[in-house]
Amino acid sequence: MTDEDELHSVFRALADPTRRFLLDLLFARDGRTLTELESELSMTRFGVMKHLKVLEDADLVVTRRSGREKLHFLNPVPIRLIHDRWIDKYTERRITTLIDLKDELENPS
Amino acid sequence: MTTASKTTQVYRVYIKATPEAIWQALTDPEWTNRYGYTGYAHYDLRPGGALEVVPNEEFKAQAEQQGFPVPDVVVDGEVIEADPPRRLVTTWRMLMDPAMAEEGFTRITYEIEPQQGGGSCSLTLIHELDGAPRVASLVAGEQEEQGAGGGHAWVLSDLKSLLETGSTLAG
Repeated sequence: MTDEDELHSVFRALADPTRRFLLDLLFARDGRTLTELESELSMTRFGVMKHLKVLEDADLVVTRRSGREKLHFLNPVPIRLIHDRWIDKYTERRITTLIDLKDELENPS
Repeated sequence: MTTASKTTQVYRVYIKATPEAIWQALTDPEWTNRYGYTGYAHYDLRPGGALEVVPNEEFKAQAEQQGFPVPDVVVDGEVIEADPPRRLVTTWRMLMDPAMAEEGFTRITYEIEPQQGGGSCSLTLIHELDGAPRVASLVAGEQEEQGAGGGHAWVLSDLKSLLETGSTLAG
């Protein structure tokens, strides 16, 4: 896939409310099975699978086997790539380090 | 959201580079110092071998300016499995912050898979974070607004940029 194709598949995947809902479910709790995800939606198993396939093709969801189970994980990298390559072009990027975090944690305001 | 329940995180990026180039970027200290949080990652690439990430001078100087010392080693761990240029498994402990250090060792797996047609590879990072909610929040990039960097997604985006264009997003 070219970068342009990747971008297109991410935007296409995000354009659908059910798929955004599936991503929100994984954001709240990652590593779920199809059965768990299905239980949150009033939709056929086949319908949920179709949506997950679009999300997987866009790499927004990555699956891993754990024993007999296939777990679904939210992969934030494609969205990060859009952020870093597009949005940062138009906004001022702040380059920071863990140092600021340490400061924040040790000197809470 | 509750990060406590989120004990494993998975990240995947596609990079136009050879598996060897990606392996080198992950395990060669001169390379690891060039992207993401920087720092020289020293791996003894055999089971039981040590992992130590040593901060660079610029990083240390910045810290001193803020009035506190940086530990000589900012991340440590142990190599569990090293199969160059395809798979690397290590334990991983964040030492920059005492509360995170107390959470102890987590586990990171890198998998490099050449893609059909050649020319690119997928790089998958799996971070098992049982009992480490602070580190989980950090590596998920949730503390970016507080200046803690964008976590693994940001690091992988930066690594992709370095390998494909020769420069990082930050630089």
